[in-house]
Amino acid sequence: MTTAYRPPRDHAWFLRNRNYTVFVARELTSVFVAWAIVFLMIVIDAVLNGGDPAAFAGQPWVIALNVVALAATTFHAVTFLNLAPTATVIRLDGYRLPAWMIQGGNHSAWLLISAVIAYFVLRTP
Amino acid sequence: MSRRRTAEPYLWLLFSGGGVVAALLLPVLVLLFGVLMPLGVLDWPSTTHLTALLDPLPVRLALVAVIVLCLFHAAHRIRHTSEELLGVARFDLFIALLCYGGAIAGGTLAVLLLF
Amino acid sequence: MTEPDAVSGVDGAAKQAGRGANEEGEGTIRRVTEPDAVSGVDGAAKQAGRGANEEGEGTIRRVTEAKHHEVRQTTTRTITLEVTRYRPGQDSAPVLESFDVPLMDDWAVLDGLNYIKDQLDGTLSFRWSCRMGICGSCGMNVNGEPRLTCGTFFTEFGDGPIRIEPLKGFPIIRDLVVEVDDFLDKLRHVKPWLIREGEELPLTTEHAQTPAQLEAYKQYSMCINCMLCYSACPVYVLDPDFLGPAAIALAQRYELDSRDMGDRFDMLNLDEAVWGCTFVGECTKVCPKHVDPAEAIQRYKVTAAMRSILPWSRR
Repeated sequence: MTTAYRPPRDHAWFLRNRNYTVFVARELTSVFVAWAIVFLMIVIDAVLNGGDPAAFAGQPWVIALNVVALAATTFHAVTFLNLAPTATVIRLDGYRLPAWMIQGGNHSAWLLISAVIAYFVLRTP
Repeated sequence: MSRRRTAEPYLWLLFSGGGVVAALLLPVLVLLFGVLMPLGVLDWPSTTHLTALLDPLPVRLALVAVIVLCLFHAAHRIRHTSEELLGVARFDLFIALLCYGGAIAGGTLAVLLLF
Repeated sequence: MTEPDAVSGVDGAAKQAGRGANEEGEGTIRRVTEPDAVSGVDGAAKQAGRGANEEGEGTIRRVTEAKHHEVRQTTTRTITLEVTRYRPGQDSAPVLESFDVPLMDDWAVLDGLNYIKDQLDGTLSFRWSCRMGICGSCGMNVNGEPRLTCGTFFTEFGDGPIRIEPLKGFPIIRDLVVEVDDFLDKLRHVKPWLIREGEELPLTTEHAQTPAQLEAYKQYSMCINCMLCYSACPVYVLDPDFLGPAAIALAQRYELDSRDMGDRFDMLNLDEAVWGCTFVGECTKVCPKHVDPAEAIQRYKVTAAMRSILPWSRR
């Protein structure tokens, strides 16, 4: 068909629909995942090589960035753990385990692991 | 039918593994070290305590694995999202090398740091 | 095989093309008794007159006539439909044209389009066939969202206006009619039939399945090939090489069928097949049949990844 009209590329497609925008926000959390790793490596470096982790982490721009990173990684955790049941099909007795059970398990594990980490970091030996 | 090789299954497994690890570990670590301690809500643990935490070999190995997986997760998503957002899929090879190369560099740095 | 369904869309277009002639010299009442060609107004009148339906054709005629008259007389409220027009050779790009149609509580967007075609501008082109959400022909972008227009009612939009555009992601042939060739090629490509090996069994052979075996793929077999998922998928709209939601879900439908002996790994384990998907999830949200193509794709990613690292594992 030579007469068919082919629309040009829509450069703002991710603004056309709320779900697209949430999708892009979800994907962009990965930038803050990368930042969180960089930040933790700087803290580890300071701890192991005789520096002061508080000096770097205490700068206002680092705190501000980390507040955003906290929101982003939490958003990542919620969305990623919620989407897990679509990829994993667990069958019990021939029928599928409902999604909310897998999601509930994931979020429970998240809370438990967070509590264990906080305990080991904060306990006074 | 000729079987075409693709690296995507392996990259996707690293991405997924990294996604799980990042979801389970990063929020609490950022909350503690990035927000609560710098703001003074919690006291910084002593350096000796933190060094002791990082001392056991399994902890160091696990940390390297966490860093590598999280960086691959980020690399995979940044690669795909930048191509979708900016319409630069034709430069996929270059973008992929940049993203995964960054993840490998970060992983190497982590090994040097912890061993 | 799903092709007969998919082809019905094309039939719909052919039928559309033939409608102009259909209308000339035929009275309103004649069309009421011809279900496929029922116009929006008459459809509503027919609804109202359904009680009298059993009492013979004479009654239908009277009721229809009366109701039809009443509709035209008492309708004061209208709603504006902003409809994409693209007339090859005349328009260099699609433009929007506004039509005021009666705002009826029981009208779907498709009824509004049929009103335009029957009463206001007979040159408007669009596909439709069954009016009951099963043929998959009448998918359009309604206020920016891919919908089946036969199941999208005016009541959802208040006083309007309602913007009706062709499905995004496909070349526009004319007005609201898009080119479906690429989609049909993709469906065909995944070999959407039961692949059997070994000796051919007699046609009378039964292939019994347990309820669990049926449940394993049934959801993915509900697709009506309406293409809403392709239109909703940013990956497909940005890059038409992507195999896309419905075709991959259809491949999964056969992969998960206990009677199928084929293996679609080589056509699915590709950058432009399952690995092209970035899990936006919008295909699943717009699917009128709850097929959940996003799930089908993620599940095959797991399958393909497992088979890539464990080459001896079959599924």
